[in-house]
Amino acid sequence: MERALTRIASDDAIRPPPQAGEVKKELPSVVVIKQHNALVIHSLDDTAARSGLSIGLPLANARAICPELTVYDADEAADAKTLNDIADWCDRFTPLVALDQPYGLFLDITGCAHLFGGERAMLQIVCGALTRRGFAVSGAIASTSVCARTLTRHSSGRSIEDGAEAEAVAPLPISALGADDAITKGLRRAGLKTIGDVAARARHEIAARFGAAFTTRLEHALGQGDAPISPRKPLPDYIVEKRFPEPITTEPVIAMMLQSLAKMLVQAMDKQGKGARKLEAGFFRTDGAVRTLAVETGRAVTKPEVIDRLFRERLDALSDPLDPGFGFDLIRLSAGRTEIVVQQQRDLNAHVHDNDELAALIDRIAARIGGKRVVVHLPEDTHIPERAVLAAPAQHHLAATSQAAWPARTEGEPPLRPLRLFERPEPIKVPFATVPDGPPHHFTWRRATHQVVRVEGPERIAMEWWQRDGKVLTRDYFRVEDEQGLRFWIFRDGLYENELIDEDGKPVPANWFVHGLFA
Amino acid sequence: MTSARLSTLASLRGHIERLEASNEAHALQRIALGHAGADAMLKGGLAKAAVHEVFAEGHQGASATGFIAGLAGRLAARKPLVWVRQDFSEIESGALSMSGLSELGLDPRLLVTVRAADIDNALRTTADALACDALGAVIMEVWGESKQLDLVASRKLTLASQSSGVPALLLRLAATPLPSTAETRWIVRAAHSPPGASWSTWGAPLFDAQLVRNRHGPVGRWIMEWKCDECLFSEPSYPQPVAATPAHRPDQAATGAKQRLAG
Repeated sequence: MERALTRIASDDAIRPPPQAGEVKKELPSVVVIKQHNALVIHSLDDTAARSGLSIGLPLANARAICPELTVYDADEAADAKTLNDIADWCDRFTPLVALDQPYGLFLDITGCAHLFGGERAMLQIVCGALTRRGFAVSGAIASTSVCARTLTRHSSGRSIEDGAEAEAVAPLPISALGADDAITKGLRRAGLKTIGDVAARARHEIAARFGAAFTTRLEHALGQGDAPISPRKPLPDYIVEKRFPEPITTEPVIAMMLQSLAKMLVQAMDKQGKGARKLEAGFFRTDGAVRTLAVETGRAVTKPEVIDRLFRERLDALSDPLDPGFGFDLIRLSAGRTEIVVQQQRDLNAHVHDNDELAALIDRIAARIGGKRVVVHLPEDTHIPERAVLAAPAQHHLAATSQAAWPARTEGEPPLRPLRLFERPEPIKVPFATVPDGPPHHFTWRRATHQVVRVEGPERIAMEWWQRDGKVLTRDYFRVEDEQGLRFWIFRDGLYENELIDEDGKPVPANWFVHGLFA
Repeated sequence: MTSARLSTLASLRGHIERLEASNEAHALQRIALGHAGADAMLKGGLAKAAVHEVFAEGHQGASATGFIAGLAGRLAARKPLVWVRQDFSEIESGALSMSGLSELGLDPRLLVTVRAADIDNALRTTADALACDALGAVIMEVWGESKQLDLVASRKLTLASQSSGVPALLLRLAATPLPSTAETRWIVRAAHSPPGASWSTWGAPLFDAQLVRNRHGPVGRWIMEWKCDECLFSEPSYPQPVAATPAHRPDQAATGAKQRLAG
């Protein structure tokens, strides 16, 4: 397995671009960061390095060595973002890109190198492109990630064959391993200057003095065993992509390309009888920016037209439209989640077919306005009215709804539950109830007063005391009708002489709420 | 007239006939509401492939919702329903309660709710859903006046409905009727329960439904009762008071009211 590592000194990314006419070259510049209440150099440019400055030097010392120093503050958040953007850009080489904080990237290029003319050519492409953008890059290819990282700390552009790792890293100084300062210093004091020196000693001696973690790292660097990398994104099941020598910019061309990519993807999936549940389109701009659009579906998609339509809906509804800039030079379509599709012959049962059409409609709407906005309803096992229904995304729960068991209604009875229910019961003003435990005579809701002419109730609903701590009040629900014929579902929060008393045992006035409206 | 011109004319005629026929095929399908008076005015019932609007004042929202749910229940005939709702409407007039819907005799399992952030999204989604002929009906619920719901928008919905045969039901709360291409337009209010003592039982949901526009017939106003068990509208079932009840008759017999369980 081959891995490339790119090390990027990110100071260039946060430095403001030089002003026109300004002579920048002679002036050394550094980026400083605060460590232990002292400003120390975080990174530096070539001119500063030539003046004798080094990373970790306090700023005061650096100014003494080099008085004309230009200093910038480090911005770690911006650095991390830049690294992420570069990782996005690196997605065009391989789907397996891992971050090596604070300024390294691992690219697993197993099986990818031939697409770019071999490993060396690929390394040159990656490093060259990043150098042109103003980053200081150091890259290497080796069969283990730790070995590649060790190599980049010393020189750039090396590509090590399988089995040659020990030879390649042996002459490098101990510091290239990137172990703790204490370990590096201790080894140096012991007279072990290079990795080869350390490797020549027996492992148990080194482990006894510097710990097992260090020997493991050393072994990985020597190509004996490998530490796995953790890619940023899970590997999609299927990927198809198109590269364009001439970047494409116009919408119809982009749409056409997506269409043909959809066909390619479906062909690839079809061979293994799979259908896509989650699709992602990546648009790689020539200037390095990457935009990805994801679409989820409720059922496995096996038709290119459906994929095409879903992406058209998604593109249509973007609040910030796809900006091609100077054009896209790579468009990639990947199926992130797939499942096996059982091809079944359609019979004349229209119901099955209808459900398919409904699922497709739900997918289309969800692609445009978001999956959470299209919901189906599932019953919950509780008496509390506002929690009796669970609104679940329709894409994933359409099948579950058809089997949901709703409480059966009582034949011959008018509705017991309101048609419209307020998520939060709205408080109403009740001047007095006819009897303390009874329904109100009239009440004021939303600034209008309603005379109660019909009452049914109370229906007592006790809260789930085993679910919550503290005092939860029992509700007495009444179905009331006012003089206009409007029907309300109102409740009194708490029971008289039982729950509605203060600490001294005196009664406190009850709160009334309107919870729903009947048709 | 040359034969070439004749054949062109014939083909054009055929083309126009086909165009008209495709519209008519769906338009002919009418579903009876169950209320005899209204069905007579509507020449047999509500047209299936058309737009129907229900208007209500803000505080009459629940009645209008019940009425439109009833229309949807009649028109959809056990096929899936798509209910497109503006976010604001849910805050203002309450969320649609599934237990309430099943109490009305409709099946919550057949309902897909779309929460649209704004009216543009709602319109677009409704038009999309109308193109899917697996649906029984599409309901769009909008709160307040809106500029986007103009003649063009309603024409689009009408065309979509005609081509697929799926009825479009517009629930307009707190809005005043404006010209549109709707087949029928209703203004709905709540009606009183049957007369009786204050503690006596409620009846089924009662609507004071006013038909203010009917493209193919006269208009009218009726008190309709929704029969939850049969899932249809009907004339109010309670007996109209004809004479004063004698004073000496016992209370129970006088009202004929029964008390039902509260819970």
